[in-house]
Amino acid sequence: MSTDPADDRGTGLADGRALNRATHRAAGAATGPVAGPSPARAAAPSSDPVLDIRDLSIVYRTPAGDVRAVDHVNLALAAGEVVGLAGESGSGKSTLAYGACRLLRAPALVTNGSVTYHGRRMSRPADLLRMQPDELRRLRWREIAIVVQSAMNALNPVLRVRDQLLDVIHAHLKMSRDEARERAGSLLDLVGIPRSRLRSYPHELSGGMRQRVMIAMALATEPEIIIMDEPTTALDVVVQRDILAQIVELKDSLGFSILFITHDLSLLLELADRIAVMYAGQFVEIATSDEIHREAAHPYTKGLLNSFPSLRGPRRELAGIPGSPPDLRNPAPGCPFVPRCGYARPACRDVDMQLLPVATSRDPDHATACPFVLPDTSVEPVPSVASGSPAGEPGT
Amino acid sequence: MSEPALTSAAAARGPLAMEAISLSKDFRIGRRRTLHAVRDVSFSLYRGAVVALVGESGSGKSTAARLLAGQERLTSGAIRLDGKPVEMSSRRAFRRYKSEVQLVFQDPFSSLNPIHTVRYHLERPVRLHQGRDADAGQEVASLMEQVRLTPAQHFLAKYPHELSGGQRQRVSFARALAARPRVLLADEPVSMLDVSIRLEMLSLLDDLRQRFRLAMLYITHDIASARYFADEVLVMYAGEIVERGPAEEVTQTPAHPYTQLLVASAPDPDNLGSVLRGGGRRRGPAAASVRPQNPDGSATQGCPFSPRCPLADDRCRREDPALVQISATRGAACWHLDVAAPELASAPRGGGDTTTR
Repeated sequence: MSTDPADDRGTGLADGRALNRATHRAAGAATGPVAGPSPARAAAPSSDPVLDIRDLSIVYRTPAGDVRAVDHVNLALAAGEVVGLAGESGSGKSTLAYGACRLLRAPALVTNGSVTYHGRRMSRPADLLRMQPDELRRLRWREIAIVVQSAMNALNPVLRVRDQLLDVIHAHLKMSRDEARERAGSLLDLVGIPRSRLRSYPHELSGGMRQRVMIAMALATEPEIIIMDEPTTALDVVVQRDILAQIVELKDSLGFSILFITHDLSLLLELADRIAVMYAGQFVEIATSDEIHREAAHPYTKGLLNSFPSLRGPRRELAGIPGSPPDLRNPAPGCPFVPRCGYARPACRDVDMQLLPVATSRDPDHATACPFVLPDTSVEPVPSVASGSPAGEPGT
Repeated sequence: MSEPALTSAAAARGPLAMEAISLSKDFRIGRRRTLHAVRDVSFSLYRGAVVALVGESGSGKSTAARLLAGQERLTSGAIRLDGKPVEMSSRRAFRRYKSEVQLVFQDPFSSLNPIHTVRYHLERPVRLHQGRDADAGQEVASLMEQVRLTPAQHFLAKYPHELSGGQRQRVSFARALAARPRVLLADEPVSMLDVSIRLEMLSLLDDLRQRFRLAMLYITHDIASARYFADEVLVMYAGEIVERGPAEEVTQTPAHPYTQLLVASAPDPDNLGSVLRGGGRRRGPAAASVRPQNPDGSATQGCPFSPRCPLADDRCRREDPALVQISATRGAACWHLDVAAPELASAPRGGGDTTTR
């Protein structure tokens, strides 16, 4: 597959932005790749990305104008890698993932970009956005499966677990009835549910079990990529940790890649190899989890990191992020985070949202869209929250 | 059954406002079975203090709040408000009670009526609880000021669907405050909101607590937020309080195996990749099996946590342990505290000062 960062996709657009980006990528290639296709990570067994999203833009057509839900995003997912997409609701993280698989309907519209899938079972790379519908249907779930947030809504309430698993198996794999039944049983073994539950209906299962059934369904065809859209948000922490540990175990033994979508950055820090932080349809920062944790560069990422109370260690001053995300119908020029940013300055209005490498980072791929607040610049934030910490403690 | 001799960590904050004494609630499921949703739960709320009720879904924490709010009938037990037993037999008495005790719900998307404006949501409780001659317009404006929904004029005519999740929850807070309550029961008030605005809402609640000297019950499954927000933490499991004590102590040195499991399960970015990315399975002192064998908590015998507890023995499966006092402000219900939390249990147990829950 083409890994040329100066790939000319998008240059046909009248929008000068895309051109900027292409040149930016070319420049980035000289100094080390930036946000485009990432080179092999130590953990990743293969150097070629399984999924390569290039310059993807998605809008929602509304009478009042286009809502730019995803705006020129680049993301590569290596084999066996866990990439986390973090951001608030409305930041475009789900739209990005679903759009890349062409799962969105009108009024959503992919306006730009390419999504290349190259799995082990494929003879050649396939562009998901330009595929014939029947090809796409074969590829979906067989190669790219999805675990959605609300398992109760995703499972069919009038079908037994077994029948739902068999549906998936028969739709995508050539298998005899008996084989398929055996497979359905072994899938439940895989996710730690007793086989007796094959006869259960979804309402007879607990929330955690339902989510496990969803994961079993995703695993049924041994896909190369599993997109997980807030798979544990509705569950409590103990069950959440158990399921996540199980996902990681399965990933290690079966070797699929995960695109993990969540608004809980603390979860991603533990789970993901790399994290892309999304704000207002754009990536504002991308780096390995350790780098995000140790040396987040973008003010928004820093804000997210300061948003959750920590259970261990000394009590920190918590800040949160005041304000709300911008209206994406009429985005203001420059950085979309300006109104909420403690470091904002007039020049932020002219920022072209490009991901620039963070020079001081240990991760050569660490990139941020904020050109001002890099770790080496000592800029004091303008205090924006009066007293962020919910004080309520009698001593420490 | 007596009120535990244990002093609440919240007591230092202000005078006693509300007492829950041995609350129990059973639900009949089907013809024969009974679900003990809340079992013999006692605690006190103090003016200006936050008590957090922490537990997993199905542990009975929301039922406890609904009992206090008068929305469910008690199976047994009593509620006392300002030292007087609560009486909700008549409509008027119930309304008087509701003007003292208000409930904020978890889901701001379904707790507001989609066909009414913000003005309607706030004017109605003002008229109901403060009389028809109250200056409702003025009162509503000041309420919106309190929850920082400003400028008020901008929001008054809006419908819930025109507001963000955070703004909706602010309307819920304002609606609860419209009755000028002394007790605020907040049932997972921020768990449906985005992580980035949760903190802002919690600090708003904290601000309201101080300004109105509210006695607050904060119900959550997020024990980390309880650490920051609450004075006292009560950990609930299968309808029972299994541990209680000052927030910082309970979260930093959990005594009960279940609390230990809860603390160990919380995402811990400062301990990067230790478990999940390392591919390992579990950490922490409580290597408890995390798959509940009896998810509805209807085990009628023994310690409710015994099916999942690594320390469980025959006694645990036979007899339900009572809340044992560990220190002046802490207690835990476990037969094996000496093993689960040796450094805590080595302190004198208060000479048979065990209390029933």
